[in-house]
Amino acid sequence: MRDQARARPVRLQPLVDLPETSPPQSAAVSFPWRAPVALIAFLLLAAAAPQRDTIVMGKAIDDIVSLDPAEVYEASGGEVVGNLYDRLVEVDAKAPGLIRPGLARSWQVSADGRTYTFSLRPDARFADGAPVTASDAAFSLARALRLDKAPALVLEQLGLTRENVAAQVQAPDADHLVIVTPRALAPGLVLACLTAPVASVVERSVVLAHEEEGDLGNYWLAAHSAGSGPYRLAVWRPSEHYTLDANPGYWGGAPRNRRIIVRDIREATTQRLMLQRGDIDYARDLGADQLKALSADPRLRFDKGVDTLITYLALNQRNPYLRRPEVIEAIKYLVDYDGMARNLFGPTRIVHQSFEPEGFLGAIGDRPFDYDPARARTLLARAGLAHGFAATIDVRNTGPSMDMAVALQASFAQAGIRLEIVPGDSKQVLTKYRARRHDIFLGEWGPDYPDPNSNAEAFIVNPDNAEDSPQKSPAWRNFWSDPALAARVATAKEERNEAARAQLYRALQRDDQRVAPFVFMYEDVEVAAHPADVRGFVLGLGPAGNRYVGIHRQ
Amino acid sequence: MRRAVLAPLRLLAHLVPTVFGLLLATFLISRVVPIDPVLAVVGDRASAEVYQRVRTELGLDRPLWVQFYRYVAEVARGDFGRSALTHEKVTEDIARFLPATIELATAATLIGVLLGVPLGVLAAARRGGLGDHLVRVLGLVGYSVPVFWLGLMALLLFYAKLGWVAGPGRVDIFYEDTLRPVTGLLLVDSALAGNWAIFSSALAHLLLPASVLGYFSLAYVSRMTRSLMLDQLGQEYIVTARAKGLSETRVLWRHALGNALVPLVTVIALSYAALLEGSVLTETVFAWPGIGAYLTNSLLNVDMNAVLGATLVIGLIFITLNLLSDLLYRLLDPRVR
Repeated sequence: MRDQARARPVRLQPLVDLPETSPPQSAAVSFPWRAPVALIAFLLLAAAAPQRDTIVMGKAIDDIVSLDPAEVYEASGGEVVGNLYDRLVEVDAKAPGLIRPGLARSWQVSADGRTYTFSLRPDARFADGAPVTASDAAFSLARALRLDKAPALVLEQLGLTRENVAAQVQAPDADHLVIVTPRALAPGLVLACLTAPVASVVERSVVLAHEEEGDLGNYWLAAHSAGSGPYRLAVWRPSEHYTLDANPGYWGGAPRNRRIIVRDIREATTQRLMLQRGDIDYARDLGADQLKALSADPRLRFDKGVDTLITYLALNQRNPYLRRPEVIEAIKYLVDYDGMARNLFGPTRIVHQSFEPEGFLGAIGDRPFDYDPARARTLLARAGLAHGFAATIDVRNTGPSMDMAVALQASFAQAGIRLEIVPGDSKQVLTKYRARRHDIFLGEWGPDYPDPNSNAEAFIVNPDNAEDSPQKSPAWRNFWSDPALAARVATAKEERNEAARAQLYRALQRDDQRVAPFVFMYEDVEVAAHPADVRGFVLGLGPAGNRYVGIHRQ
Repeated sequence: MRRAVLAPLRLLAHLVPTVFGLLLATFLISRVVPIDPVLAVVGDRASAEVYQRVRTELGLDRPLWVQFYRYVAEVARGDFGRSALTHEKVTEDIARFLPATIELATAATLIGVLLGVPLGVLAAARRGGLGDHLVRVLGLVGYSVPVFWLGLMALLLFYAKLGWVAGPGRVDIFYEDTLRPVTGLLLVDSALAGNWAIFSSALAHLLLPASVLGYFSLAYVSRMTRSLMLDQLGQEYIVTARAKGLSETRVLWRHALGNALVPLVTVIALSYAALLEGSVLTETVFAWPGIGAYLTNSLLNVDMNAVLGATLVIGLIFITLNLLSDLLYRLLDPRVR
């Protein structure tokens, strides 16, 4: 019964101009039994011309494990959920620091800073036409907490738990939702958490109709949709593609396309060739080399959006060399930030030396460190390590990471630090990192929600350094704890004046840059290449902010 | 008569420990890799509670022998569990991905055999001549060129520059999911449905990856055919045949090839099996949703149920093909019966 309920839709309803029995115009050839020479023409004509209002993207989407908003925690899944569902509030794509209305047209915060009252839009409808009510919104938040999948921790930031959510989140009527946080928090933090995919509003009746063995519809919703967003999920075939059909009755205005198909193409060169041949409209994972090669093509355009992923080095403080303050500082002068950006990443990464991504409240663009081996040598000599030392660097065995590791190995050698590169599969490297068995770790980190508290807690707060600590943040993974900085993170979390809060984070990052055993190096930039006549893709702040609704072919 | 009955029983006696060994090896490998499988399910940032709960759900907190016993019991029931990545039953995933690989490997093997065998025969017949050298160079290149590179070059030339073939993927994206799968083999399903547009699209998409993969099969088969033919051509019965005045064509294609065919069957069967599990790079370049790409993706994401299931199925296919080639051997060579 369970499997039947989960069975994926194997037969996609074709668009009206693509009937199953009659092929598209360009492929309108009957099987040529008569003339062998027609076989060549037959094969040449086989590829159907793109449908004008169908947009095809090439992207590596093998990271998707579920499309249930309560379970989605990966980049590609976040992007899909962002387009299938609405949330009470949204991050403004044009001004990432701002929160704009979503399903809630307005909201009020009580004088004590604990009660948030959201007034819902009266015109919002789910894809099946049912109105979106406050009851649906309350159910969605409670459901995410009760399912207790990984992203539930975003809602737990508000002090909500599976035990208290029924009392703290209530819908007094169909149009109003009230959230009471146990403690007064910065309103920006509360609202930012409500923009995360896990806070998406699902249609209660539909989800519960598919509940199996008390799973709150999790099994069904992993491969279906029940949202009010501009699209509904037509098909998701893991490792193949997903297809979203436009919701013409979307309250925010019908999408400018009828169907979005995102095909799982993992090889960047393949994406590039398909883009050049016109078989896809967007290539989403092109590397610096491909982008460079395509940059002169007058038929193509490139959309860019700053991603929130930070590339950093982590120095394990259990290592007797790496824990010395002079060594920490020296290493920050041994990274050739600009050289690697220029030679390895092109437009896909920008130099960024602090833990808050660009666009976040309190983000700073300071660059206190440059590649300066002489200064690094002086610092090492001061630490009694004039002849350097040996250390390992754990790194994923993919192209860009390995290239970086090799470049770091060369630049570190300038000050006598002998790096041994330990490549491994991504999960293997992560397993070792979480077990705190590394010397230096080269990796990436993205915030859980678009508020500065997310990365500040991750890189600074480590209240329990024991091996069995429930918290496995980067600070814990590197045996690093600074109680004074951690106290300032807690203060900033509760600061209700936004300007003052931004100032707190700026100061926090500047102090952190000096002492923390993390070398923040780059921030990702997503570049989507597309033909000049296809426009309207919005790359937001992080994958969950990417929007398909405006894409159209001119 | 007694030997005829005993032979299959003997094969079966070999089969059981082989399958058990395969089960044990795949299970142990999955448990000794230095990767935490819970990470694949809960991600990097789950709370300690969630982590522990999933660890228990996966049965990883139990002794190794209990885990193995449960694994064997489930496999015996045809249950490989669920994939952490796709959330589907692994058997359903395999049923979805395997036909794509079978279609690709079959087409590649057909190309390899139909071209490789004649080339091998001709090379042996003209040993030391220009044709022989050409075939040997062809084989050498096939052995030395990385399939990934050749795939990209082929895409660049025949798809991007010349536009002779359709691009990556099994079928044009607009036809995806419009055909109800019967066998999972797109060419067969579209032909059964009489949908020639999809058939032509599938054929156009299959042509290039099958040719690239087929080239490697061709290199192997032609080289082995040449070697086996040279063995046969040095035999006394060939001298006798020629002395009796048989035409060279008949000597080559009927007598020599007829005898070389016996070991060649094993070569082709193993080459086919190798393509089934070794087509992963081709599948990556051509965005071909086959079992190789599925297995690799599962491995990289520590989706152990999927890894174990796919490995076991591929292993069983290997064993089955081996078995079949043994049986064919008996059929083709009366001395073995």
